Amino acid sequence: MADVAQQNVHQAHPGETRRDFLLLTAGAIGGVGVAATIWPFIDTLNPARDTLAESTTEVDLAPVQVGQRLTVKWRGKPVFIAHRTPEEIKAAQDVDISQLRDPQKDSERVQKPEWLIIVGVCTHLGCIPLGQHTGDPRGQYGGWFCPCHGSVYDTSGRIRQGPAPLNLWLPGEAELASKALYKFTSDTAITIG
Amino acid sequence: MADTRPGATARIIRWIDYRLPFVQFLNHELNEYPTPRNLSYWWNFGSLSGIMLVVMIVTGIMLATQYTPSADLAFDSVERIMRDVNYGWLLRYLHMNGGSMFFAIVYIHLFRGLYYGSYKTPRELLWIIGVIILLLLVATAFMGYVLPWGQMSYWAATVITNLFSAIPVIGPGIVTFLWGGFTVGDPTLHRFYALHYLLPFVIVAIVLLHLVALHRHGSNNPLGIDQKGPQDTIPFHPYYTIKDLFGLTVFLLIYAFFVFYAPNFLGEPDNYIPANPMQTPNHIVPEWYLLPYYAILRSITFPILFISSKLAGVILAFSSIFILFFLPWLDTSPVRSARFRPIYKRVFWLLVIDVIALGWVGANPPEGIVVTVGQIATLYYFIHMLILFPLIGKLERPLPLPSSISAAVQSGGARLSGAGAPLAKP
Repeated sequence: MADVAQQNVHQAHPGETRRDFLLLTAGAIGGVGVAATIWPFIDTLNPARDTLAESTTEVDLAPVQVGQRLTVKWRGKPVFIAHRTPEEIKAAQDVDISQLRDPQKDSERVQKPEWLIIVGVCTHLGCIPLGQHTGDPRGQYGGWFCPCHGSVYDTSGRIRQGPAPLNLWLPGEAELASKALYKFTSDTAITIG
Repeated sequence: MADTRPGATARIIRWIDYRLPFVQFLNHELNEYPTPRNLSYWWNFGSLSGIMLVVMIVTGIMLATQYTPSADLAFDSVERIMRDVNYGWLLRYLHMNGGSMFFAIVYIHLFRGLYYGSYKTPRELLWIIGVIILLLLVATAFMGYVLPWGQMSYWAATVITNLFSAIPVIGPGIVTFLWGGFTVGDPTLHRFYALHYLLPFVIVAIVLLHLVALHRHGSNNPLGIDQKGPQDTIPFHPYYTIKDLFGLTVFLLIYAFFVFYAPNFLGEPDNYIPANPMQTPNHIVPEWYLLPYYAILRSITFPILFISSKLAGVILAFSSIFILFFLPWLDTSPVRSARFRPIYKRVFWLLVIDVIALGWVGANPPEGIVVTVGQIATLYYFIHMLILFPLIGKLERPLPLPSSISAAVQSGGARLSGAGAPLAKP
């Protein structure tokens, strides 16, 4: 009797069977299970916790004279700290930003105008631009010059010439932080990260 | 009296073959395998690349027993292999120069296929599998180059992984994932080592597929016409085993010259400086076999429509290999061998010159004339592939093809007695 009743149900929806339903639901559950099993294997390749933990660096700015530049290491990358001269600050502020490839005001890139703090990694293919040491080429805008493929950055670390698409990152910006990941702990000290 | 035919060995072979037709298989594919009788020395490079794959795996496994894949220890462990490990210098120089030799052989093999139309029906899949092998070789070579953890290793890894940052939105996330950190570092080195060990065995598997596809219809030949019967072929052994062996000997002389007399000629001296994440070398160049792709990558200095110059360069560099997948359909000529294609025969050499020009561009800093040459050569490469291949096939009037391989061989060398008869085993 039950068989007969079931057959009637089947005939009410021709082409759709209980077996189709079971196949689809079992397949869907199985697919989720497979994905959930694969995920840990993929996630092991993401940064581990100890790697993530190396993420703050404290820097004493007191010894850095006006016009000097200092390189510190943060998350394995160089961070450029520039104690900018008044001329450098003026040059950075006077740029007509509509002319820039990656338009950004100088004031959006610094917390204090005399201290520019940026990640020293070219946004083209990751080389370290020159300009931190006296005698280094700094490019025609007085900022930084990348020797690999010739990108030129200005005194605000903004891209002006060459193949790089973006300005030099502020710390944390590449990792999608909403604002630059550094703060002044006193007038002459910062914590990055 | 006790000695009755068949002998003990033959009985053992028969016993095995009845259960697992292994000897039968080897006999069929490597001994009596019918091969076109007119193969030139350009056909040596397939077996040579197979031999190089074995050399790389054997030297690589020996090196792996001494190498430490850690950012702090990798450079020193390579120096230890060079100075303290018995014959470590030999293994490392064989492996290092072996990479260059492998690519030289594979590129000759590839251009031979281009000249004689070896990618045309029914060998499209054979060709496509070959292009997959090329892609895997490039990936394996790149990861191997990172392992010594010198300056060039480190910055090659940085520049190449940063190519993926060109992908919109998810790019930066992918790069962090590839690195396992915020820069190229210890986790990156570990995973590159694991993959550098794994991929060669994947290549072995795909090479086997390449051979299965090859043996389905047999080798192409300098005339580019099909085998029509036993009169067109000779058994692989001993005719081509001897020819391959002779070619191997000549090749080994060249290989040995580099290993023993100029082991660092093809390398970059900067790679003997330990990796320094805080300083980029002034002039980064990849190994010679990747220079043409690098030149294409750098030659796009302007945005194309809405695509940034960086992303466009990355896309074109990858496309330069990917486009080869479509070659069997881009080339519209039904005639395989350039010998019977009067226009293609000449245009082929333009591609060779173009690729060499791209190599030169990749080796030089991107300034002045180098940039212009790079842009013209990149443009030509894609014009050659996308426009000249289809167009020449349509416009060209091929020369008459010989009726068969044996007929052509006979007319060329009929003075040899019995040149037209099927060649039996001696």
